[in-house]
Amino acid sequence: MIPLDQLPKGKLAVIEDIDSDQLPLKLIEMGCLPGNKVSLIQKAPLNDPLYLKIDESHLAIRKESAQHIFVRLSK
Amino acid sequence: MSLNIALLGNPNTGKTSIFNKLTGLSQKVGNYPGITVEKKKGICKLSNTTKAHIIDLPGTYSLNASSIDESVVIELLLNKNNKDYPNVAVVVADVENLKRNLLLFTQVKDLGIPTMLLINMSDQMKRKGITIDIPMLEAKLNTRIALVSIRENKGLDLLKELLINYRELSVKPTIKFEDIDQHYFDHLKNTFPDQQLYKLWLLITQDINFAKIERKKIIDSIDFKTQSERNLKKLQQKETVKRYQFINNILKNTLVIDKESATDFRSKLDRILIHKFWGYVIFFLILMTIFQSIFDWSSIPQDFIDSTFASLSEQLKIRLPEGVFTSLLSEGIIPGLGGIIIFIPQIAFLFLFISILEETGYMSRVVFLMDRGLRRFGLNGKSVIPLISGTACAIPAVMATRNIENWKERLITILVTPFTTCSARLPVYAILIALVIPQGSFLGLNYQGLMLMFLYLVGFGMALISAWILSKTLNIKSKSYFVVEMPNYKLPLLRNIGITVWEKTKTFITEAGKIILAISILLWILASNGPGKDFSEAEQIVKSNHKQLNGDALSNKINSHKLEHSYIGILGKSIEPLISPLGYDWKIGIALISSFAAREVFIGTLATIYSVESNAEETIKNRMASEVRADGKPLFDLASGISLMFFYAFAMQCMSTLAIVKKETNSWKWPMIQLVGMTLLAYFVAFLTYQILS
Repeated sequence: MIPLDQLPKGKLAVIEDIDSDQLPLKLIEMGCLPGNKVSLIQKAPLNDPLYLKIDESHLAIRKESAQHIFVRLSK
Repeated sequence: MSLNIALLGNPNTGKTSIFNKLTGLSQKVGNYPGITVEKKKGICKLSNTTKAHIIDLPGTYSLNASSIDESVVIELLLNKNNKDYPNVAVVVADVENLKRNLLLFTQVKDLGIPTMLLINMSDQMKRKGITIDIPMLEAKLNTRIALVSIRENKGLDLLKELLINYRELSVKPTIKFEDIDQHYFDHLKNTFPDQQLYKLWLLITQDINFAKIERKKIIDSIDFKTQSERNLKKLQQKETVKRYQFINNILKNTLVIDKESATDFRSKLDRILIHKFWGYVIFFLILMTIFQSIFDWSSIPQDFIDSTFASLSEQLKIRLPEGVFTSLLSEGIIPGLGGIIIFIPQIAFLFLFISILEETGYMSRVVFLMDRGLRRFGLNGKSVIPLISGTACAIPAVMATRNIENWKERLITILVTPFTTCSARLPVYAILIALVIPQGSFLGLNYQGLMLMFLYLVGFGMALISAWILSKTLNIKSKSYFVVEMPNYKLPLLRNIGITVWEKTKTFITEAGKIILAISILLWILASNGPGKDFSEAEQIVKSNHKQLNGDALSNKINSHKLEHSYIGILGKSIEPLISPLGYDWKIGIALISSFAAREVFIGTLATIYSVESNAEETIKNRMASEVRADGKPLFDLASGISLMFFYAFAMQCMSTLAIVKKETNSWKWPMIQLVGMTLLAYFVAFLTYQILS
């Protein structure tokens, strides 16, 4: 299990766990929930923010939020 | 029959296109009481006998608000006494994000409002390989669905028909709250048996203004709020999970997405537009193109407006009988109105471009690219839009900060936006540059152009520096939330852009207009009255002192003498000791004071003081160039000219902006800080500049 900000670009993963105290409810409502698929589409310079596809939403979030989302790489 | 309809939906679902299509130009944009969130209402004839009042609520992802725009939605839906309270709610969903859109749908339906679903952009279904079993989805969601395409003009008749028959819509809730936390919600239900459970839950979890008393009653009477915020959030999260379980179960059997046929237009464009290097180059080029075209295109209508108002003033003076009323009209009101209308071309063009960038989905990419850089200064990626809009006018720019969820970042953006070079500064810069910056060129770039570019950079630079200082000194705790949806790229709909441009321009005219007009009239009063004989007997005094003068030259001299001894002239003289270290005399002092209406008034005021015959820029410039100090040196030299430009770059000289900042921050504290801080900074910089250069 790795924090989402360390997910390599283009790889598909599944959200295993989230630290919901550290995440805005809005992000959770947009599909950032355990069990959903996530992939990293693009990183801005200095690796922040991150452009993700979570479930069916395309979102940009900051690295500090991504560090509280834990994912497992899909094979 | 007449009914109220509320349109709700996530941002980027084309909700506003639906609204525009249904209501056309019957729309009325107002403000929600106390806040400046735009309230859009319109009328639509559903049938020969049914009229609908449609309200287009701000885009929201859920009923758990995280910005002011979003809280408006809940406040309306929770308040049955509100005159806009809907008979029926239409949740607009985008066909590609059905799952996430249904989250909002289940929330609205749980409030017990008859709710129908509108699935928009159905024209995209084939291309994206999406199939939906509508009858089954209707059955499972216990609602009616209209599949709509604005581009193909499909589904609107069905929508109207469903709305007319809204009474047939079910109001049964979608999820059971007792499943989330039996103990907590049973307790809540037993304590308030006559209230709706979801409504109670929203009242407890939301920090909204609505019905303070009712909310207080609920929260104070029992220990529901004693649940720590952390626990409440846990429950909210459980609720969200519950809702998604409900939705996933339904979509499993009703929605098929054939991934194979999905095109990757988005990823191809994204690869270039948010590229680590080319992304910035493209953004920069787009900005340059926008500015270039704004200035080129708007100079023609602006010249026309300028000359029209000048000649209107002249004509009135000639045709109307002489007197106070004529003078008020031709010297107060007409120039005041002209000073407002002249900015319309630039503002309209800028918002034309901004709305194209937003409609196409490109703006979110800019937000993504700029967030890291701007965060270093205490701003947010979303601050880009206000900072760009500020180059037209700070008023709509300040209003554009509303979608920044983080209060501290939003406040800083509001406070620094007026540093960006707005269109009212341009005429002042233009005449001063022509006056004190020599012609000639350096590496093929002419000095005067370079100076103007430099002033733009100084504006942005000061905005960033002060943002950084504010971020270090303002002691406001607010969690930094940054969740930006990256919508699909779309071709913009002409109708939407037209309506946005119209609305923003109207906002400028009404918000800035009334203040500029009021100050113009006030200044006219101060300039056309004065104490003592010097003012009342100006004509005789001038005539006896300048016997050789006659005709226009004489009346100009008289006007100038009057102005010198009017209240505003006295005011200008009284601040002279304060501004002479900056290189200015009392005449410039008067111009500085009148600039509080709008900065560009500077030029017109000087024209009057110097008793110039015509308002043509060339004449004013020549007259300014010949103005000398006591020692015979020109008044407008490099030192005083640049000092003045810096003063205009930094000083807070716009009452309309202060008024809008007061509205947006809901306190006089922040506009006062802006006024004092910026003006002191301007004074200090102008002082240093003059002392060093002279």
